[in-house]
Amino acid sequence: MAEGILGQKVGMTAIFTAEGQQIPVTVVSTRGNKVLGKRTEQRDGYTALILGFGDKSAKRASKPELGFFKKGELVDGAEGAETVKRHIREFRIDGATLEKFQVGESFAADRLFKEADRVDVTSTSKGRGFTGVMKRWNYRGKHAGHGTHEYFRHGGSLGSNTYPAHVFKNKGMPGQYGNERVTIQNLKVVGIDAEQGLLLIQGGIPGPNGCIVQVKRAIKKRH
Amino acid sequence: MDALTAVERRYLKSATPEFRPGDTLRVHVKIKEGDKERVQAFEGVCIRRRRAGARSTFTVRKVSYGIGVERIFVLHSPLIEQIEVVKRGRVRRSRLYYLRDLAGKKARIRSRDGA
Repeated sequence: MAEGILGQKVGMTAIFTAEGQQIPVTVVSTRGNKVLGKRTEQRDGYTALILGFGDKSAKRASKPELGFFKKGELVDGAEGAETVKRHIREFRIDGATLEKFQVGESFAADRLFKEADRVDVTSTSKGRGFTGVMKRWNYRGKHAGHGTHEYFRHGGSLGSNTYPAHVFKNKGMPGQYGNERVTIQNLKVVGIDAEQGLLLIQGGIPGPNGCIVQVKRAIKKRH
Repeated sequence: MDALTAVERRYLKSATPEFRPGDTLRVHVKIKEGDKERVQAFEGVCIRRRRAGARSTFTVRKVSYGIGVERIFVLHSPLIEQIEVVKRGRVRRSRLYYLRDLAGKKARIRSRDGA
């Protein structure tokens, strides 16, 4: 099943292979993933790992949130400066793998992935606001010559008149673009830094630097 | 950005010669032909430097048999064996694209020796 981990996008750079090839990589920091709980077949009807990532002051946590952390003895930090995990996500994994994790333990990407693995990366893409059809749907717009008048970046006609007498579904129109959940599949892991908890993924991933991402084992790849 | 610098550092060359746009360089590049590998030199004027950590590049322009040839090199690429600074040139801008429109005597660059 698609075991996964939370991380923070650090930014992009490039690395070199021994043959001199330059590979563009996105660096994702995964240090500080903590097992906050488990979903089990008996109790919940499915198996999953509940992971927490990133810290926030315990004072910022809501009462029910704090209750959850206190119950599992999952509060970190020194007395007076307690912290709890900021982001909490569940990852579906099979029962056998679930056994290998202890509630309360922290781990990073090197526990799950190795070089040359394929992963799916999910995060919230950069928000672009209300955009026109050229940026949003890659329409071509209109040419600037031949008498075109105040109609350069429009989408043109929406369809025919008498038949079909309506605009087809999924017709590309202007609107909100970006700031949505995006998954990129089958990205290659080209490096892992166990010490720093860094994951080097070939190519780009959605979202701005510093955003929270989910990295899962690729579902469309045989392992 | 710190983690990024740490990742990059492993791939950077420890020593690259100091050079600027306007300098004449001889770049020794490894070339693979079948299973043989040899080193070829490309000599010309550096017309641009892009400083971007591991992704830094520089462009070298030369005129070969009357045809202008520009090659973009990745500064930290393992394929670049050596960068020799042949001449230091004094120029007044960082991007020497104007050289593309010049030829012969006009395309000369004043020397920067002793500067």
